[in-house]
Amino acid sequence: MSGDILSVAGVSKHFVGRRGVLDALRGRPMPVVHALEDVSLAIRRGETLGIVGESGCGKSTLARCLVGLHQPDAGSIAWDPAALGGRPRFRASQMVFQDPFGSLNPRLTVGSALAEVVGVHRLRPKSEIGARVRELLEQVHLPADAAQRYPHEFSGGQRQRIGIARALAAEPLMLIADEPVSALDVSVQAQIVNLFLELQERLALTLVFITHDLRLVRHLTERVAVMYLGRVVEVAETQALFADPRHPYTQGLLKAVPTIAQATRPAGPAITGELPSPLAPPPGCAFHPRCPIAVARCRTERPALLPDPAAPGLARERSAPDAHRVACHLAPQAAATAPA
Amino acid sequence: MRRLPVSLLVGGTLLLVFVACALVPGWFAPYNPDAFNYTALLARPSGAHLFGTDQFGRDILSRTIWAAAVDLQIAIFAVIFPLLIGSVIGLFVGWYEGWLDIVFGRLVDLVVTFPFLVIVIAIVAILGPGLVNMYIAIATVGWVFYARLMRGEVLVQKHADYVAAARGLGYSTPRILFRHILPNAIRPVLVYSVTDMALEILLGSSLGYLGLGAQPPTAEWGVLIADGKNFFTQAPWTSLFPGIAIVLAGLAFSLTGDGLASLFELRR
Repeated sequence: MSGDILSVAGVSKHFVGRRGVLDALRGRPMPVVHALEDVSLAIRRGETLGIVGESGCGKSTLARCLVGLHQPDAGSIAWDPAALGGRPRFRASQMVFQDPFGSLNPRLTVGSALAEVVGVHRLRPKSEIGARVRELLEQVHLPADAAQRYPHEFSGGQRQRIGIARALAAEPLMLIADEPVSALDVSVQAQIVNLFLELQERLALTLVFITHDLRLVRHLTERVAVMYLGRVVEVAETQALFADPRHPYTQGLLKAVPTIAQATRPAGPAITGELPSPLAPPPGCAFHPRCPIAVARCRTERPALLPDPAAPGLARERSAPDAHRVACHLAPQAAATAPA
Repeated sequence: MRRLPVSLLVGGTLLLVFVACALVPGWFAPYNPDAFNYTALLARPSGAHLFGTDQFGRDILSRTIWAAAVDLQIAIFAVIFPLLIGSVIGLFVGWYEGWLDIVFGRLVDLVVTFPFLVIVIAIVAILGPGLVNMYIAIATVGWVFYARLMRGEVLVQKHADYVAAARGLGYSTPRILFRHILPNAIRPVLVYSVTDMALEILLGSSLGYLGLGAQPPTAEWGVLIADGKNFFTQAPWTSLFPGIAIVLAGLAFSLTGDGLASLFELRR
């Protein structure tokens, strides 16, 4: 796999909330939710990138920016023109939603929803649309007679397959799946995850998988970005991240994963406390109020996302795309607190 | 098959009777509604004239049956134009919000401040009496209620993921509004429109009574009541039976509307 298909550079997204008349008279500022703060990320062609973090960390906002549903307030999201090959931007990436019930129009049959995508964008001549719909259903392992039925006639897992088929109908380069299995039964989750893997291989898709489930990340992804309060705090190859997490937040997250063999849990302090309000993110490193090893510098100075000099495999190039990057002033020390 | 609400069954049956009278009044009416009969002026209800006759000897039963066509026409036309105009405006107001919504909000306040009947009478008074002018007057004001209902539905629907998916698929705004949001938002509007038909029949017959709606000699329930009011002390049946017809028609539409509302509530 070669090159970056999409580069996200310094993207920020704020949502301005409502302010009551009294607050306005008192001169209070409008409440602003800092959903994304200076996020930079390169997505490589054909890879599976996991984005993890607690709820409210900006994962979904990032996903919506990537598919163009939100316009970032600052920064840029640039596609590789060669990879796009002339296709309009909105068709480059398609989203698979978390809620398999709300994401399908209840008034459209599955067939007409799929045919609409193909027809509106003239991806096939009219005479071939029916065949294309059958092909899409076959790709997500739904029976051909599903086309005549309405979404409410299907189970959650089947509906998620319909959502995937609809995304595929646009022939995207990249699928962005926002918690696509968290609303499903565990037994169905595995089927859907395997479907993603199968489709990725078959259609040479780039897959961005957003989840809070670290076991899924480990099973599915090649690279992981960890987000905290609207920022990316650590990016690494999945194996490296799980073997040797550098950021104290990542270490805490991994520690929180329940495992059968207690001994395999990474040691180190667990995360305590609640996620701070994104209305008023802490100064300095956003994680410092919960960080077990925070020092004075963390409270005032924001750490940048940099290749970790202490991370193994960095003997190559500091700017290597697969560098293990971490946003922590204490990254080497943080690593030292966790046994190798 | 789900059990139908009782109100829907009763209202629907009653409505069917009225629709049948409106479609083929000749089958049900024993006499020509406009035929004078000088041998039976202001005759009491009897075997020959079940509802009695008026001052010209016209059969009240026949006139009441023929009037159903006019009054159902009022119910339909007084609802369909506000429904169409209001739904489209509500769709856009709900989708774009912003200044459009602020202007619309003030407009709603303005219309709601006045009693509906008073504004309609004022407009008809300016345009001149008659059914067409009455429809124009009702549409001028009535769309606001449909738009308000539609706006509220759109505000809910537009945040649904299926709308986000449609946007992500690069669909045009008209396509998203009319093909995706409209079919999901129209149901409460349609249910309201059935109930509204009851009100419009009352409004139409009120205007007919006041001489601003249907014009005599057209048989219309409000007009019939107005015709009979001068003889009410000697021949109360001249106004009574058309009045009962209005009540029953209003009931038919209200019950059907309520029944549809509870039927759809069950479904989701």
